[in-house]
Amino acid sequence: MELPVLIVKGLIILVIFGITLLIATYSTYAERKVAAFLQDRIGPNRAGPWGLLQPIADAGKMFFKEDFIPAQASKWLFILGPCLAMLTALMSSAVIPFSDSIRFAWDKINYDIPVQGIEINIGVLYIFGVVSLGVYGIMVGGWASNNKFSLLGAIRAASQNISYEIALGLSLITILMMTGSLSLRAIIDEQATFFEWNIFTQPLGFVIFLTCAFAECNRTPFDLPECETELVGGYHTEYSSMKLGFYLFAEYINMFVSSAFISALYFGGFHYPFMSLVNEALENSMGAVTGHNIATLICFVVFFAKIFFFIFFFMWVRWTLPRFRYDQLMNLGWKTFIPLSILNVVITGAGLLYDFKYATWLIAIVMIVLAVTSTSRAPKRETIAQGTV
Amino acid sequence: MTETLDFFKNLTPTGYLFLALTAITLFSAIGVVTARNPIYSVLALIATFFCLSGHYVLLNAQFLAAVNIIVYAGAIMVLFLFTIMFLNLRKEDEESKTNLTKMASVIVGGLLMVMLITIFRAKSAQIPTVNQMSFDSKTGLVENLGRLLYNDYILPFELASVLFLVAMVGAVMLGKREAGDRHF
Repeated sequence: MELPVLIVKGLIILVIFGITLLIATYSTYAERKVAAFLQDRIGPNRAGPWGLLQPIADAGKMFFKEDFIPAQASKWLFILGPCLAMLTALMSSAVIPFSDSIRFAWDKINYDIPVQGIEINIGVLYIFGVVSLGVYGIMVGGWASNNKFSLLGAIRAASQNISYEIALGLSLITILMMTGSLSLRAIIDEQATFFEWNIFTQPLGFVIFLTCAFAECNRTPFDLPECETELVGGYHTEYSSMKLGFYLFAEYINMFVSSAFISALYFGGFHYPFMSLVNEALENSMGAVTGHNIATLICFVVFFAKIFFFIFFFMWVRWTLPRFRYDQLMNLGWKTFIPLSILNVVITGAGLLYDFKYATWLIAIVMIVLAVTSTSRAPKRETIAQGTV
Repeated sequence: MTETLDFFKNLTPTGYLFLALTAITLFSAIGVVTARNPIYSVLALIATFFCLSGHYVLLNAQFLAAVNIIVYAGAIMVLFLFTIMFLNLRKEDEESKTNLTKMASVIVGGLLMVMLITIFRAKSAQIPTVNQMSFDSKTGLVENLGRLLYNDYILPFELASVLFLVAMVGAVMLGKREAGDRHF
C-alpha cells in the first residue's frame, strides 16, 4: 500500500475510534436527558451550559474513586474482565462503512478510499464473532469477583447472549440470502433505492433483529444480568472506580455499534432518497473531487442521523418498558423468535424462488390478524372491585 | 548460530507474524494442559482458538477464521466456562493421579510424538512448494468455499447436516423433563 493511502486510512481509523468514544461519552448525558424528558424532569443542568460538561465530571469522579480489588478475588481475571469488555466493544466498529469514499489526488494519481476501517468480504461474520466474544468480559469479571450475585449476573448474561445469538443469526441469514454477500458494503449498496431498504423487504427480520440486539447489549427490558432488585448490582457488584466505568462505557459503545449495524443492515446505511441525483449535481457544479467529498460528507451525516435515532430508540425503550422475568425472556428467545426466524428464512427462500421480494409481509400480516382476533376473542379480565377483599 | 540469525533476517513480514503467532499458540496450548484451575485452562484454550484463527487468516481462509471464532470461541467455550463456573467455585483441588495413569499417559504421549516425527520425516509427506502459476489467492474465500461445498461435496455436506439434526434432537430428548420429574 502506498504512503498516502496508508496515512488516510490511519486517519479514518483514528477518527472512527474518536467518534465512537465521544458518542459513548455523550450517550450517558443523552440517557439522563432522555430519562428526565420521559419522566417530566429537567435532568443534569449544573456542569456547564445545559449540563454539557456532565460526562467529563462523571469521568473525573470515576478516576478519583478508590480502585478496590476484593481480597478473595482472583486478581488478574478481575482486571481482565473490564479490559475484555472494552476491547470487544471497540473492535466491532472496524468493518462498518460509515460513508462512501474520500477522493483525493496525490502525485497526479487519483485515490478513492472508502470511509471504513477495513473492507473484508466477511464483514457480517466478523461483527457476529466479536459480538459473541463480548460476553467473556462479563463472565470473567463476574466469576473473578468471587461473589454470588456477580456470578449469578455473569451466568445470566452468558445464557441470555447465547440464546439470542441464534435468533440474531437466523434473522441475519434472510438478508444474506437477498444480497448474496457477507460484505457490509455490498449489503448497503444493495439498498440504494428507498423501497429496497431491507426494512421494507424484511419487516419481520428487522423486529427480531432489533429485539435480539437489545438482548445482546443487556439493555432494558433484557437487563437481567444487572437486575438491581434481585442481584444488588449484577456482574459488576464488586467493581469500583474506572473498572466499573469501563463496564458501563462498554455498554454504551455496544449500543452505538448495534445502532450503526441496524441502520446499515435495514435502513440503507448511508443511502438516502435521491442520493444519486444530489451526488451528480454536486460533482457537476464543484468538480469531481470536491463535489464527491462533499457528497461523502452528506452521506456521513445521514448515517449518523440514523444511528442517533436508534440510540434514542434504545433509551426510549429503556425508560418505557419494565424488565422481563427470566423465564419469560428465555421463552421469548427459544419458543418465539427462533421458530419465527426459521419460518422467515423459509418464506424468504420461496420469495426468492418466485422473484417476489416482499414475501415476508405475508407472515407479518398473518401475525397481525392472529393477534387482533385472539385479543378480541379473549375473555375480558375480571376487575376486582375496590374494598371487597 | 549464524544460520539461525540469517534465517531470522531473511524472513518476510508474514514470516515474522507466523513465528510470533506460533509462539503464542504453543504458549497458550501448554497453558491449557498445565493450568491448575479449570477456569484458567478454558481461558487459555480460548486464546489458542484465537491464535488458530490468526493462522487461518495467514493462510487466506478468512471464512474459516471467522467461523472458528464464532463457533468455538464464541459458543462452545462460553458453554464450557458456564459449566465449570457452576461446578467449582474456587476450589483448586487436584484429583490424585495413580502411578498407573501417569505411566499410561507417558506411553501414549511418547507414541504420538514418535508417530508425528515419522510423518514429518517421511519423503512422501514433504510439503510441495507453491506453484506461482496455478496459485489462486481467492481459494479460501467464502464464495469459492460455498461453490465447492454445494457442487463437489454436496452429499457429505448434507449427510453432516443430517447428523447435526439427529444430535440436536437427541440433546432435546435427553434434556427434556418427563411428566412428574422434579423441577430442580
